[in-house]
Amino acid sequence: MTQITYDVEVDARGLQCPMPIVNARKAFQNLQSGQVLRVLATDPGSVNDFQGWVKMVSDAELVSQETTEMDGKTVYVHYVRKK
Amino acid sequence: MTNGQVALNDRAVSEMPLPDLARLQEQIQQLQTQVEAMRSQMPDNRLAMVVFSGDLDRVLAAFVIASGAAASGMEVSMFFTFWGLTALRQKRQSAGKTLFQKLMGWMTPVGLRRLGVSKMNFGGIGAKMLRAMMKQQGVPQPEEMAQMARDLGVRIVACQMSMDVMGIRKEELIDGIEVGGVATFLGDATRSKATLFI
Repeated sequence: MTQITYDVEVDARGLQCPMPIVNARKAFQNLQSGQVLRVLATDPGSVNDFQGWVKMVSDAELVSQETTEMDGKTVYVHYVRKK
Repeated sequence: MTNGQVALNDRAVSEMPLPDLARLQEQIQQLQTQVEAMRSQMPDNRLAMVVFSGDLDRVLAAFVIASGAAASGMEVSMFFTFWGLTALRQKRQSAGKTLFQKLMGWMTPVGLRRLGVSKMNFGGIGAKMLRAMMKQQGVPQPEEMAQMARDLGVRIVACQMSMDVMGIRKEELIDGIEVGGVATFLGDATRSKATLFI
């Protein structure tokens, strides 16, 4: 896993659509410009969801998406930066 | 002139035909008017939905899309009409209604909790099964999904005409929603980027 620095983290592991983006939205609103949000999700659909989400949220930029293992589960990690 | 080059350029400029300033100004003005007209017709970042169905699975889909859109920064309007109104009911009142309206009130579910699924409902067993399966998968229950949509600022409008036909009063519906007609829907739908009929 590469080390990307982030300011706020949302743990959406175990949650299904649409919760990862709903929770991400709440945290994203409180970010300052330039800050990065990291979202952990176990929902495989979240990979496409975050790509779609940044198309709709004009001040959001998808920095990186990674797949990793945590506690024996596949976790999809999304880094979103506030422009 | 100290430089031949400049003198040549000056001559080149002076030989250019003079632009018709009045005509140009007129064209700019026309373009400005057109841009303003186009800007006023540009859709908002909005999603408009008609929720006609009173099936739990369909209403659930509507709330998932509504929450997702609202979480993506879109304005969302949901118009509940006909069977969809049953999802907004919180109580049943019969006083002052016609016989048909009373019958309709008794035979239709009161609120999300009582809705059946569109297939394999088997007198409500199907709906219970779906709820249990959603819980197993960590999907929020329909009531939580609806509350979330409202917390995210989704506009909920109940159709006045179908309320009148079915004899549903505003007091029977959940608090804090609006009542409107087709123009309320069209007013939002024509300014929307996406419109759904569910």
